[in-house]
Amino acid sequence: MAEVIWGLATSHVPSIGAAMDRGKTDDPNWKALFDGYAPARAWLAEHTPDVAIVVYNDHANGIDLDFVPTFGLGTAERYEVADEGFGRRPVPDVIGHPELSLHLVKELIDEGFDLTVFQELDVDHGFTVPLSVWTPDPGDAWPCPVIPLLVNVIQYPQPTAARCYALGQALGRAIRSFPGDLTVGVLGTGGMSHQLAGARAGFINPDFDHMWMDAIEKDPARLAALSREELIRQAGSEGIELIMWLIMRGALNEQIRKVHSDYFVPASNTAAGIALFDNRVSQPAA
Amino acid sequence: MTESLEGTPIFDGETSRRGFRMNKLFMSLRTEANRERFLADEAAYCREFGLTDEQQRAVLERDWQAMIDLGGSIFYVYKLAMMDGRSMQYLGGVFTGMGEADFLAAMRAGGRRDDRGQ
Repeated sequence: MAEVIWGLATSHVPSIGAAMDRGKTDDPNWKALFDGYAPARAWLAEHTPDVAIVVYNDHANGIDLDFVPTFGLGTAERYEVADEGFGRRPVPDVIGHPELSLHLVKELIDEGFDLTVFQELDVDHGFTVPLSVWTPDPGDAWPCPVIPLLVNVIQYPQPTAARCYALGQALGRAIRSFPGDLTVGVLGTGGMSHQLAGARAGFINPDFDHMWMDAIEKDPARLAALSREELIRQAGSEGIELIMWLIMRGALNEQIRKVHSDYFVPASNTAAGIALFDNRVSQPAA
Repeated sequence: MTESLEGTPIFDGETSRRGFRMNKLFMSLRTEANRERFLADEAAYCREFGLTDEQQRAVLERDWQAMIDLGGSIFYVYKLAMMDGRSMQYLGGVFTGMGEADFLAAMRAGGRRDDRGQ
């Protein structure tokens, strides 16, 4: 069977990738963010899984508004890095894992999650920036095959936080039922509080972010109970992306161990968070 | 949304329907060939995509707030801003009326707060 060995939550702000691509990680406006990544990167470098799953949203690059799948899963052998307008990021294309993808599609549909299936998908910064947060210098290839799990967070109504958490739990079961020995890392991306448009643009809510950071580890059910409206009010219209962390969290065990977390304002107009959890923790007797 | 939150545009289905053609135009600006065609005759390019007169005016005059009001998604509108060499902080300065420099300073000071969100 396959096993989820870790979960990583991280913001996916494009400027984080741009700062890396342009060699600005020591710039005074960025250094603290990247220093805050270092302990997680060091641990992850020692714990490379066989496959990773990145829960993310597209930003008008791989898909447009012709189709707005609430949840989607890639089944391709390869995902090209999208050109978002002025050349693609100088990072490797992504090798997929169709065998695990197809298993996940079947298991999740059997559990009532009717996913859209992507046989071809260009992946944008929402996907590649988290990979760079994990692996700053991938060379010619990312550390392992990666599967995209897409979530609509840009057009209302987004899926509820509760539904995301339930999808994550079903994803965990689906991974564990894979008939091969695989280790898996799951990344939940986006957030933390931010709002890009409107008179409230630039809104950041550190109290909410700290509450979220604590509860994602210890009490995710509390976060899953938050309404869409409450999330937008407390985390900003784009901060609702945090629901994607709940899919990652749902795929992990009840008891997990926090390896590292950090919080930084601002990455562009966003509060950037990172949280890394070890899933190989003995569980209390049922 | 059943309950609106002041200063917070919500990109819902109705908004997306209203802005559909304009958002398609923004998406098309990812390629160099389309950017060149757009810049050569912006009005003609807007007509080709079937924008309303109001949307066309907003695009030609770079009225960023109007683009949002007329159905633009910020992630799509940003494609046009990028083409103009404008940052998300510039747009933040426009949407808040603060100007780019003050907006950027507010972000670096920890971001903006509101009375209701805290």
